[in-house]
Amino acid sequence: MSAIEVDGLTKRFGDFVAVDQVRFNVEDGEIFGLLGPNGAGKTTLIRMLTTLTPPTEGTARVAGHDVRKDADGVRNSIGVIPQALTSDPELTAEENLMIHAKLYGVPANRRTKLIRDLLEAVDLTRFAKGLVGTFSGGMRRRLEIARGLVHSPKILFLDEPTTGLDPVSRTNVWEMIDKVQKQSNLTILLTTHYMDEADKLCHRIAIVDHGKLAALDTPTQLKDSIPGNDVVEAEFAHEPPNWQEKLKVLPQVVSVTEREGVTHIGSHSGPDTVGALMEAARKAGVTVKRVTVQGTTLDDVFLHYTGRQLRDEVGAGARLDIAHLYK
Amino acid sequence: MKVYRVRAIIERDMRKFFRSPALMMTSMVFPLMQLIVLGYAFGGKIKNVNLALVDEDRAAESRVVRERLNAIVEGPRTFRISEYSNLPDAMTDLRAGFVKAVLEIPPDFSERVLRNEKPRIAFIEDNTDNFTASGILERVQEIQTSLNGPVLPPLQSGQSLASNMTSVLSPERLPGKIEIQTVEVYPYIEYIKYLLAGSISISIFVVAMIGGGIVFIDDKARGLHEGYLATPLSKADLVLGLVSSGAIKGLMAGFTITIIGGLIAGIERLWDPVRLVYLVIVLGVTALAMISFMFLLMVRVSDPLVPRAIFGVLNTLLYFPSGAIYPTEGFPVWLRWISVIDPFTYAVHALKNLLLKNTGFEGIYGDVGILCAFAVVLISGCILLFKRQI
Repeated sequence: MSAIEVDGLTKRFGDFVAVDQVRFNVEDGEIFGLLGPNGAGKTTLIRMLTTLTPPTEGTARVAGHDVRKDADGVRNSIGVIPQALTSDPELTAEENLMIHAKLYGVPANRRTKLIRDLLEAVDLTRFAKGLVGTFSGGMRRRLEIARGLVHSPKILFLDEPTTGLDPVSRTNVWEMIDKVQKQSNLTILLTTHYMDEADKLCHRIAIVDHGKLAALDTPTQLKDSIPGNDVVEAEFAHEPPNWQEKLKVLPQVVSVTEREGVTHIGSHSGPDTVGALMEAARKAGVTVKRVTVQGTTLDDVFLHYTGRQLRDEVGAGARLDIAHLYK
Repeated sequence: MKVYRVRAIIERDMRKFFRSPALMMTSMVFPLMQLIVLGYAFGGKIKNVNLALVDEDRAAESRVVRERLNAIVEGPRTFRISEYSNLPDAMTDLRAGFVKAVLEIPPDFSERVLRNEKPRIAFIEDNTDNFTASGILERVQEIQTSLNGPVLPPLQSGQSLASNMTSVLSPERLPGKIEIQTVEVYPYIEYIKYLLAGSISISIFVVAMIGGGIVFIDDKARGLHEGYLATPLSKADLVLGLVSSGAIKGLMAGFTITIIGGLIAGIERLWDPVRLVYLVIVLGVTALAMISFMFLLMVRVSDPLVPRAIFGVLNTLLYFPSGAIYPTEGFPVWLRWISVIDPFTYAVHALKNLLLKNTGFEGIYGDVGILCAFAVVLISGCILLFKRQI
């Protein structure tokens, strides 16, 4: 039996379908990522799995408990770290953990040592007596990870665990999640819109867009699943009308797409393609303004499966040139 | 200071105000509510007060007194008469607050009237509520005046009015003047003592306004609730937990004000341990009833401004009709109905009984029972209506 089984899960708010017929399983001891832009339906999906929102259709079993029929069974088996910072700012770190330990019925004789160990695990021992309201975002997030583990859950849900954190805090949180998972063989389901986060932490990733699952596999296999090992990104000037057709026949090229003036060339060998590209440009009188070669990223995977990049989530208006406003 | 910045702040604030119907309504409803409630809550004629009548005479002259009393019951309805067979029973109920005054007609009343030997009626008043006691006494004195005045016999045919009056007013025909002997049950009660019960109730109400369900509205606004809703807490766990913590805070506030206020007002034998136990019981159930009342009002509210906005309205609507500063017997019918469903009324009544009369449990069990029933019904409503999901 899988740790999480999701079958045809759907959530509608009036006419708007936030989550549409989603199906996936998460295995024991796996870190599973839901990757998608804001508004893709990740939080709604996680809220249905953690019993905070009832599904409109479909079924989901978490740690063997049906989210509709046995909400208490689900709640007792999981730890949840919501997207918002939810620890009580008026309490100390230790008090926050103590209250949650009591809520979950952790025996009194185990609480003190448990809290000490958890605070040490998230590197907050020095701040045990500090009021949470005085903590940085990274410290609060680490405390909430400790809080989510206070009752030794089988499955941990993290909704965008590093959103709003600075790069150093993000790295700390990543290390902490990785360490906790390895030490306890915990099953973790996390949502993120950071590709590097999903790539670094997750054993498998489901790409979510407009409430649907666009792809699901390990990060490596997702990258391998799109044509080419490398992506050549280039910007040109003075291209002739058939320029894209000429690019497609260059050595090692497997795909050519163009978005907003940037040409993405999928290639089995980026360096070979670049050499041929420069030669072809010279012959055709095309100016190469910029060219870069990189290995396939999850952004390329996202682009491949959804037709847009994660960073494209903002509307066209956001790309409006506003330089004239400062003249 | 720049005017354009001030204008921008004004615009921001006005836009927010006009987008919040609850705030707009409150700003208009509050003064109207205050006008209506306060306008009718003070200075009304006392009506339907319980008056104990102990008629130990049961002869012709006492029947005349009873007829006059019945005329008040049927006419201005200042009081209702509860008949008692003996004075001790009537006094017990007076001390417990079930009746507001006792009128005792002694066994030899009729004889004394006929013998013209200073007939007396005893008026024993609960002077912890001077407004009510004065209202009843005024009517009793009206009866005394009418009884002591001349009674004209029917005119005989051919008899002139003047000769009829002369025969009646001759000194030997006048009955003995009835005296009203007024007895105050308690030592003089200053108004500050009278107000103390209301102030204690207000302190609990203030905690109810900022505690209980409102804590959860605040948690919602700050996003803290999601962390708790993801735990195995049931609706009943959450409601009972928040109501109980609010009630403990209310009890602490109420007890503090009771002690400090009691010392300031000069309540006698404040440290009587039995009374302190009864006070804790009353304060506890009052806090429970008020917190659950506020919780139910706020159980589906998400905007943290709403409870703050209705604070003034509720304060007026609940405090003034409670009898804290003027007896409920002086209210019009609609205001009396508000006082019936107002937990303040029972809290104020019980606290007055304990602080001003030191009645013991017999003076508070009715109020405690009603407040408990109130809390049970309201908490059940809260559990039923509370939304466990986001």
